Amino acid sequence: MSEKTFKLEVITPDRVALSDDAAVSVVAPGAQGYLGVLANHAPMMAALTIGKFDLRRADGTTARMAISGGFLEVYENTVSVLAESAELAEDIDVERAEQSKKRAKERLAAAQSDIDVTRAEAALQRALNRLEIAQH
Amino acid sequence: MASTKDIRRRIHVVKNIEKITSAMKMVAAAKLRKAQEQAEAVRPYADKMREVMSNISASCGQIEHPLLDVREENSVAYIVIGADKGLAGSYNSNVMNKALGDIYDRDPEVVKLVLIGAKAISFFKRRPYEIAAEFEPPGSGVSFADIREVTRRVRSMFESGEVDSVYLVYARFVSAMRQDSTVVKLLPLSAPPADPDATRADFIFEPEADVMLGTLLPRYVDTQMYQAFVESQASEHGARMTAMSAATTNAGEVIDSLTLQYNKARQAAITTEIMEIVSGAEALR
Repeated sequence: MSEKTFKLEVITPDRVALSDDAAVSVVAPGAQGYLGVLANHAPMMAALTIGKFDLRRADGTTARMAISGGFLEVYENTVSVLAESAELAEDIDVERAEQSKKRAKERLAAAQSDIDVTRAEAALQRALNRLEIAQH
Repeated sequence: MASTKDIRRRIHVVKNIEKITSAMKMVAAAKLRKAQEQAEAVRPYADKMREVMSNISASCGQIEHPLLDVREENSVAYIVIGADKGLAGSYNSNVMNKALGDIYDRDPEVVKLVLIGAKAISFFKRRPYEIAAEFEPPGSGVSFADIREVTRRVRSMFESGEVDSVYLVYARFVSAMRQDSTVVKLLPLSAPPADPDATRADFIFEPEADVMLGTLLPRYVDTQMYQAFVESQASEHGARMTAMSAATTNAGEVIDSLTLQYNKARQAAITTEIMEIVSGAEALR
């Protein structure tokens, strides 16, 4: 028996990062913990945070993306992800991530206000997330 | 009549100008293509964003959020997106005049300007309006992170009550030949219209709808601003390309008429010389 599939779209402000017609499952970094979606999921709207986004396709292949915040909508067997940024594991620029990790750490050390700290921490998290996924 | 030497010099000058304008035209065309691609890439995101917004507002009915707060317009902010450089036909002046036309009816005291681009700044410096903030224009390849700074500033102006509404003036990109200067109300956000088929599925929200809205609305403002930036960039390059193309054609025409003038002058000079020789020979006879 073939597995049930659904349509997946990952959209960022500058491109459609991923589009797939035969997804079997996704695991997304929800704001309140990782959440999994299978075919025929009930309509749902979820906020996403920085983390790993995993996709499994009907042909057995998988893909992993680094996502930094956004929203996920499930409606009529279509999953749409509106992400601030999304990169496939193999597309991640490790050098750039290393640099922004370094920069974020420096900024964190020199931070003056709470806002600076929040921003630097978010930048650091994004960088660490990318590095972890790229090196996996 | 100008001497042949003068005309030759002028032809030379115009030819140089033609070279420059046609190079600028080529550069603008290349940049336009890139900007246009970017403008098209942002559309799916913006459309989806709008859809999600209307889903949420359909599901939670009455919504309240600081960014939706409609107040009496005691003070308004205008964001004007211009370019850093000129030579783009009427691109800059169209946007500025559109902004000015809209501001004109208001008391100068209540208007605060957020200006983007050197041309916008120099235009409004001479006028009696308060400039609240100045930003760099969208260089080529504007990123979502770049415009954050602008939106953050504008949002805080609105949320702190410094201004009661925010308008955005920019050139909407229609085609390379046509850009429409438009004024849009950015804040307060008008509550997105609930989806007409309100019987749409009950969504599961995680976290609750109103918490989601809190993160979604600022994002929505960012997206609108980003779209405006990307579009005005495409408009700028489009306007420059059209202007430079016209300038190149013009230069060609000027060269043609100067060449004609030059030939006439040369002919006249030769005729005079022959006449002189002939009459000289005639006198010796």
